[in-house]
Amino acid sequence: MIIVDKLYKGFDGTQVLKGISATFESGKTSLIIGQSGSGKTVFLKSLIGLHVPESGTISFDGAVNTQFTIEQKRQWRQEIGMVFQGSALFDSQTVQENVMFPLKMFKKQSQEEMIERVNFVLKRVNLENSNFKFPAELSGGMQKRVAIARAIVMNPKYLFCDEPNSGLDPNTAILIDNLIQEITDEYQITTVINTHDMNSVMQIGDKIVFLKDGVKAWEGTNKEIFKTDNEAVVKFVYSSELFKKVRLAYLNETK
Amino acid sequence: MTYLKHIGKYFMMLGQVFKRPQRGRVFRETVFREFDELGLKSIGIVIFISFFIGGVIALQTALNIENPLIPKYLVGFATKRSVILEFAPTFCSIILAGKVGSYITSSIGSMRVTEQIDALEVMGINSINHLVLPKVLATVFFYPFLIVLAMFLGIFGGWVAGFTSSMFSEIDYMQGLQLDFNPFLVKYALIKTLIFAFLIATVPSYHGYYVKGGSIAVGKASTQAVVWTIILIVITNYFLTQLLLT
Repeated sequence: MIIVDKLYKGFDGTQVLKGISATFESGKTSLIIGQSGSGKTVFLKSLIGLHVPESGTISFDGAVNTQFTIEQKRQWRQEIGMVFQGSALFDSQTVQENVMFPLKMFKKQSQEEMIERVNFVLKRVNLENSNFKFPAELSGGMQKRVAIARAIVMNPKYLFCDEPNSGLDPNTAILIDNLIQEITDEYQITTVINTHDMNSVMQIGDKIVFLKDGVKAWEGTNKEIFKTDNEAVVKFVYSSELFKKVRLAYLNETK
Repeated sequence: MTYLKHIGKYFMMLGQVFKRPQRGRVFRETVFREFDELGLKSIGIVIFISFFIGGVIALQTALNIENPLIPKYLVGFATKRSVILEFAPTFCSIILAGKVGSYITSSIGSMRVTEQIDALEVMGINSINHLVLPKVLATVFFYPFLIVLAMFLGIFGGWVAGFTSSMFSEIDYMQGLQLDFNPFLVKYALIKTLIFAFLIATVPSYHGYYVKGGSIAVGKASTQAVVWTIILIVITNYFLTQLLLT
């Protein structure tokens, strides 16, 4: 479980995060949504330690990350899996080398053991027979799957995804969503996803946190988001005619 | 103030570079890959340039000796001195700053803008150490060999120029080469090479690592890196010459 308490972060005099507090439970998929510039990426990067907050705390299963010793921090890093928006695969390495990289850096395993583990996670993300391809030879969806495989190869306790569906066709986006959901359930990990994709919100949002101008404007589940009368959420989520109709249908059905 | 900020940041980066690598096996693999990228792949251009520049130096010297009182062996002597003292270590380093420097900045810069460096950091890897130290080792250990090769080929180019143009004899050229040979000059050239190699690896790495923006920013950073590396090589050359030869 991740507990964020009154997180503040700014850059060059501009306050981006203004006291955000949130709880992300284990074995659940939590989504952070909000308009561009609302602070989603800064919030996610603060969670994974790429940005140091000005104030506030983030605790991982009770341990506050700013109070970690060097050894605890090293351990914590190995418990984190991150899927970046652009996949962030190492271009000079093959799929197998990309996925094997964290194992080579942190595990004392033989080459055979590492290959076995790599093949297992690649199979888990439905990407077999691509071990020796380079990232440039893969489609966007396949790159995302390699990124997920690399993120889970160390058996993380926490999985973070920054817009995992961006640039993907609706079909592949649903596959990626389902894959993340399955992995979260299977390994009981704490998954936090930054997204703009309303399909993801409807489909896999066990918990949704809506950010607006650096503050948490709303939180709830993907069922509650249909019923909310929060003006900012309604304006953001139901901006398209399709979702307006979906909401209307849902509300009529549950009357 | 901006320059001071950059100097401070550069030295802070160096502090991260010289830390113990996290995993020996991965580090060794990376070092060998860098030997290939930064060293072996530069041999061609060094051979080509040093051979022809050596030839040009010999021809220019021969052309400018009109006084019959000046012995012809001066061509060999001047070529040897020019190649060993300046052409091989300084000129070749400037060429390498262009070739290797732009490669280093663009490769690290692309990793920065595509979040590959963030991915390393999230995994708990000291990204500066992981990316820059292998490059420093590859250049510092390989470039002295490259420069010695450039010395031989420059002098050989001069000999070939004389042979093909008949502007000076082989015997005169050889006599000039053997005249007043001072081994310290080779040592001086190698000391310079080590420092230039260090600059060629670290200055472009700095520009690539701290790049902000997209592909245009990476392109601009590459140009800046090459310009600054060359400026620093020229300035360092001046001070090293004063320090070691006067």
